[in-house]
Amino acid sequence: MMPEIGQLALILALLMALVQGTIPLIGAHRGTTTWMATAHTAVAGQFLFLAIAYLALTYAFITHDFSVAYVANHSNSALPLMYRISGVWGGHEGSLVLWALMLAGWSLAVSLFSKGLPAVMAARTVAVMGLVSVGILSFTLFTSNPFEPIFPVPADGRDLNPLLQDPGLVIHPPMLYMGYVGLAVPFAIAVAALIGGRLDAAWARWTRPWATTAWAFLGAGIALGSWWAYYTLGWGGWWFWDPVENASLMPWLAATALIHSLAVTEKRGAFRSWTVLMAILAFSLSLLGTFLVRSGVLVSVHAFATDPTRGVYILMLLLAVTGISFALYAWRAPTVRSHAEFDPVSREGALLANNVILMVALAAVLLGTLYPLLLDALGMGKISVGPPYFNAVFAPLMVPLIFLVGLGPLLRWKHVSPLEVTRRLWHTLLAALVAGVVFPLAMQGSITLMVVLGTATGFWILFTIARDLYGRATHRGGNPLTALRKTPAGYYGMTVSHLGFAILVIGITLLMAFEQEQDVRLGYGQSHTLAGYTYELRETYGVRGPNYEAVEARVVVTRDGEFVTELFPQRRVYRVQTQPMAQAAYQTRFTRDIFVALGEPLPGDTWSLRLYHNPFQLWLWIGATLIVLGGLVAAADRRYRVFARRTSDSPADDTGRASADDLPEPAGRSSVS
Amino acid sequence: MKSLLTTLGLCLALCLPGPGLAGGLDPTDFDDPVLEQRYRAMLHELRCTVCQNQSLADSDAGLARDLRRELRDQLRAGATDEQVIDYMVARYGQFVLYRPPLSAATFLLWTGPFILLLIGLAALYLTARKSRRRDEQPIADAAARERARRLLNEGKDA
Amino acid sequence: MKRLRYLLPLIIVVVLGGFLMIGLTLNPRLVPSPLVDQPAPRFQLPALEDPERVVGSSDFDGEVVLLNIWASWCVSCRQEHQVLVALANRGVPIYGLNYKDERSDGLDYLSSMSNPYVWNAHDLEGRVGIDWGVYGTPETFVIDRQGRIRYKHVGPLSWRDAQDKILPMVETLRRETL
Repeated sequence: MMPEIGQLALILALLMALVQGTIPLIGAHRGTTTWMATAHTAVAGQFLFLAIAYLALTYAFITHDFSVAYVANHSNSALPLMYRISGVWGGHEGSLVLWALMLAGWSLAVSLFSKGLPAVMAARTVAVMGLVSVGILSFTLFTSNPFEPIFPVPADGRDLNPLLQDPGLVIHPPMLYMGYVGLAVPFAIAVAALIGGRLDAAWARWTRPWATTAWAFLGAGIALGSWWAYYTLGWGGWWFWDPVENASLMPWLAATALIHSLAVTEKRGAFRSWTVLMAILAFSLSLLGTFLVRSGVLVSVHAFATDPTRGVYILMLLLAVTGISFALYAWRAPTVRSHAEFDPVSREGALLANNVILMVALAAVLLGTLYPLLLDALGMGKISVGPPYFNAVFAPLMVPLIFLVGLGPLLRWKHVSPLEVTRRLWHTLLAALVAGVVFPLAMQGSITLMVVLGTATGFWILFTIARDLYGRATHRGGNPLTALRKTPAGYYGMTVSHLGFAILVIGITLLMAFEQEQDVRLGYGQSHTLAGYTYELRETYGVRGPNYEAVEARVVVTRDGEFVTELFPQRRVYRVQTQPMAQAAYQTRFTRDIFVALGEPLPGDTWSLRLYHNPFQLWLWIGATLIVLGGLVAAADRRYRVFARRTSDSPADDTGRASADDLPEPAGRSSVS
Repeated sequence: MKSLLTTLGLCLALCLPGPGLAGGLDPTDFDDPVLEQRYRAMLHELRCTVCQNQSLADSDAGLARDLRRELRDQLRAGATDEQVIDYMVARYGQFVLYRPPLSAATFLLWTGPFILLLIGLAALYLTARKSRRRDEQPIADAAARERARRLLNEGKDA
Repeated sequence: MKRLRYLLPLIIVVVLGGFLMIGLTLNPRLVPSPLVDQPAPRFQLPALEDPERVVGSSDFDGEVVLLNIWASWCVSCRQEHQVLVALANRGVPIYGLNYKDERSDGLDYLSSMSNPYVWNAHDLEGRVGIDWGVYGTPETFVIDRQGRIRYKHVGPLSWRDAQDKILPMVETLRRETL
């Protein structure tokens, strides 16, 4: 019974989305208020029905309803409850339902918080999101129905892929989807603004918290995926430049460009058409990612099982969404005037340069990801583009970007004298360079040019942040605490994210330069020393999990004869899908991870083991967490809500300058002039 | 067929004949740490052809094992990195190289990002310069300038 | 000119969309062999049927033949087996390379079905397989009279592949003079 209810709810959700995507648009065009208002009713209905469908699917998983093909293929009676709940998004069909549910959730949120927007704008925004829903829901219903029955009903399910039976999977995809789908909000607002021809500061200010929130979720999703790959896959790596990883990185890069460009558009009225382009691009790349993951055009470790009809459908959806919005852009954007004056050396200049570099980095990822396909399509042979390419191209782009991250917030808007900047900042730069040499030498004992560049630019950000905070606190000689308390949350959000970025950069630099791995063969009582740590294999024994059997090894780690820890890596074989899986064991400390994966039994009562020594691995996770946290802090800035209330009784103003001036300038009081 | 494919969910299991997801774990016994390091570096440069997107370092497929063994034998016998790469390319084609060599076909791949960077920075500079020139247009009185801007704006944005 | 700048994203989307469309029709897992139109790698191995007997590529010099890479553990090899038998019955000489298999398993496999092979070389270590650029079983090579590889098929041969591709190819190659 429940599957039928779910099926019906899914169909009703599609009908609701159809209403949501059409009537308000017509209403906005003709100025019919009641028609526009249907947006808000329809979106609530769509969300409700999708929630029902989602719960029905979850219910089928929890109650082992193997008459549903999707459940039979992704669950098993021995599967623990947690993985039955998360199993809902463990495969293609179910994850689409989650996608759609989140899209409806974001749309509902837009509808609920749209009081500050002109009614026409709100109606159009919600309607655009409704049209995207129509695409996703019809794709789900027509090609990937999660409620499809299976007959005869199998006695038991084929189990969830063992890789996905991990706490990491419980949170990684929902976070990632929240980000992917959240980018639909700035997209929809941008398209609505293009339709109405109003791209003003109000539009930018209204977009900012949404874009920042989606950006934070996407970052969290990527970081969790990386963390999950690090400890679950047992490969010890955290980023493989796999097409699927790239598919999530590209919208993140575009969204990063967007939130920075929005800052300029809001404060200075500049770069309007560029900002709109970024908003459209970020969501387009989300859809491109969906296409790449689910169509099978690229070979990836993580791709879903593929089916050509699905590929064609998503491609059509992708082309419809991007084609229409970019056509709208080509039609409307030329009439948008940005009228701000700035020097190449100014905060605008720095932010625009940041956007340029982010776009180039994005283009590099896109090029590397699609190049094999392009060559193949042209009949020019098959090549592979992998980590060596991406590392070689990405690293040189990151150095100037990181430098700008430190510099940008210290610059004034509009015009800065380059000489003055140099005079004021040269000692900070020098300190960063010294730190870039001394810190790796002290921690690791050696340096290379890349290490110095990476570490120094990381410290450059840290020092400029410290400098800026100090400047704010001591400004005008008042109480430092009061001065800091008066500083808006948006500034702190930015600072926390930049701080996280600095830590991430230093961590990645040192990790990539000094990580060590080795495969060893050990008998009981034998040991191997890597990077000063001695790993001794003590014993192995069988372990029985709820739905797997495992061999567990006890590895004692010592350093200079002193006990460090015991690690218990496992090699699991899941009963249903019978593929062996390494469950690595690791110990994290502030400046290093030690990591052991258990391989296979070898002749002569020995085992193969892989050992990793990963310096500063923890800094990656700390950095990523701060980046995300900063985004959330910035999105929560009171000014956005105050503004929303204020504009509800006055129409949005078109100049973008006047309204920007009556808001507290976030940074700049301590700026270098 | 469709249901068979969907069954696999994430299709990791598909490609790997024999043992699955344990990473390519081969104990090595190089006497020379430099050789060990070259071997490790090489593993990350070469793609395992049977696998989904995995390097020889990460794959546990039978072929990856054989190729790792071959690689170790050749390095021990004194082969240079280039010789090893030529050996692999002669058998499996350019496809095995994760770092595609610069050629007519890959020219755009390697230079594209940097060409774009130049274009982008040039555009940035021109935009800034253009905006300055507009700023220097002599509109004496600030209020008049603001009025003019509002007028311009209404015309354009509405 | 200015308009064109704003049209650029749309143009990129259209071009990229075209490529992705073509991409959907391609098989990204198929790796073309650089050995096609190259002299076939020479090898000498013990025969599967008799470890004392040495067989090798010189056995089919001057002949148009198929070399089929198979193993008892390879599921899709069973799928193409009947096609191979039919090809052998049509007079196409098929040589087998038993790839990374225990001798007894390979022999069991052959005795359980009719045997289309002239002989089978036993490549226990898979080294000859590497020389031939084998990355998945089954694989089938068409070798001409000069001992050059002219075609490589990856995956099980279907009736249609045999009918439309292999047989006509063998016919053409046979007509080529030495």
